Amino acid sequence: MADAEKLALNAAPNGAPIIEVRDLHKRFGSLEVLKGIELEVRPSEVVCIIGPSGSGKSTLLRSMAFLEEYEDGEVLIEGRLLGYRQTPSGRRRDTDRNIDAVRNCIGMVFQQFNLWPHKTTLSNVTEALRVVQKMDRASAEKRAMENLEKVGMRSKAHEYPGQLSGGQQQRVAIARALAKQPRIMFFDEPTSALDPELVGEVLNVMQTLAKEGMTMVIVTHEMGFAARVADRVIFMDQGVVVEQGAPADLFETPRSNRLRQFLETWNERSSGDG
Amino acid sequence: MSFDFDLLVRFAPLLLSGFLITVVICFFAGIVAMIVGLIVSLGLLSKFALLRWLCRIYVEVMRGTPILIVLFLMYYGGPSFGLTLSAETVGIFGMGLYGGGYFAEIFRSGFQSIPIGQIEAARMLGIGKSAIIWRIRIPQMLTLILPPLTNQMILLVKESAVLSIITVAELTKNTTQMVNETFATLEPYLAAAILYWILIEGIALLGATIEKRVKH
Ligand SMILES: Nc1ncnc2c1ncn2[C@@H]1O[C@H](COP(=O)(O)OP(=O)(O)OP(=O)(O)O)[C@@H](O)[C@H]1O
Ligand SMILES: [Mg+2]
Repeated sequence: MADAEKLALNAAPNGAPIIEVRDLHKRFGSLEVLKGIELEVRPSEVVCIIGPSGSGKSTLLRSMAFLEEYEDGEVLIEGRLLGYRQTPSGRRRDTDRNIDAVRNCIGMVFQQFNLWPHKTTLSNVTEALRVVQKMDRASAEKRAMENLEKVGMRSKAHEYPGQLSGGQQQRVAIARALAKQPRIMFFDEPTSALDPELVGEVLNVMQTLAKEGMTMVIVTHEMGFAARVADRVIFMDQGVVVEQGAPADLFETPRSNRLRQFLETWNERSSGDG
Repeated sequence: MSFDFDLLVRFAPLLLSGFLITVVICFFAGIVAMIVGLIVSLGLLSKFALLRWLCRIYVEVMRGTPILIVLFLMYYGGPSFGLTLSAETVGIFGMGLYGGGYFAEIFRSGFQSIPIGQIEAARMLGIGKSAIIWRIRIPQMLTLILPPLTNQMILLVKESAVLSIITVAELTKNTTQMVNETFATLEPYLAAAILYWILIEGIALLGATIEKRVKH
């Protein structure tokens, strides 16, 4: 999708949000990690979530995918409640089948890649197509190859994850998630486990996806990437969204002290690195 | 002291048939132990506390009981429950159930060393729980646990010598029979030791070969 088209989509005044998070609370034992998060993501929007370590970014993203069971609040994906169903006696955990149906439109990419090491690159990508979508081998492999091509990993189709670099593994993981043709992609620090020289190849793939109009929610420490690619940046601290806005506004004129401090620390650290 | 080769040649059929019985019983006991071990290991990792608890008791009982007692219970105690089994059947199932307790622990640790993220990735792709068990967890678990599994299988073969006590005509039993008939000791026991050694080395080699093939 062209940038102009994409802008038009984002600007659509009554375009319904594709993801809605309402008053989300999540606790680990006595520790309240999410304290009433509100968030809306519109189709084709790219949202980056930043914040200090332990602020609840991963927990938020994982709750939005129902990899964590949240206690209070709602996550709506394309208007459907994720993870729970309403019964006369209150809210119940939904069946796996219904959960799968609601999050079928979500692809997820993890910090640790999480490829299956006993399967080749190709069968990592075909696995869900074969098992879930019951595609025949030929069409599954065709679809897988197209997605591997897209992330520049077609030539490694018959190698095992252990034979690939971290950056290559992460690109395969992206292809695996894309093969299901999701409408939303979640990324949890996709480049944090990578050697610095491998970060770029993964970010490039993500940037291409963003240009094509994929709806993306990205937890990241890559401020440069967030500034370049995000439509909106969310700053989280201690389980709340402290500030959000366009990257230029947020990075150049932070309103809260916490964000100002966070950006200062980050600047010091990255100038120290380089 | 002299070594009587003729004696060995004469008794070779007896020893070899014992060897064969040992191989067959260990083979089937190994299969039973794998199946039992797999089921119990999944029970040990279940989210249902009662199931977890029952499987834990099973493992502890099997690991805390001499195999001979398990065999006696089944062979001599079985009939009082209306369960009259041949010595060979008791051999296979006794050793299988016993080995299953050990296998279960090995499988459990194998399952647990698979990073949870791999399972989350599968769930996010809509892959169902049973497909995850069969296509992601079990294949990886089996490659992770091959060395300890091979070891445990070797121990099972060694333990199988006690089957002679419940009259299974396996290698140790037939060796003892040869000793009783010939009053020779060196030849029969040495021959038995070599046959056991061949079997055990064979298992070790098989384990190593499979491991090499499945490692990437
Ligand atoms: N499974 C868990 N059990 C208990 N506490 C947890 C669990 N997962 C996360 N936490 C705690 O929740 C808080 C938020 O963690 P979270 O991983 O969401 O932070 P984060 O913002 O993603 O941090 P980072 O930048 O380090 O990844 C932390 O205090 C963490 O220790
Ligand atoms: Mg995190």
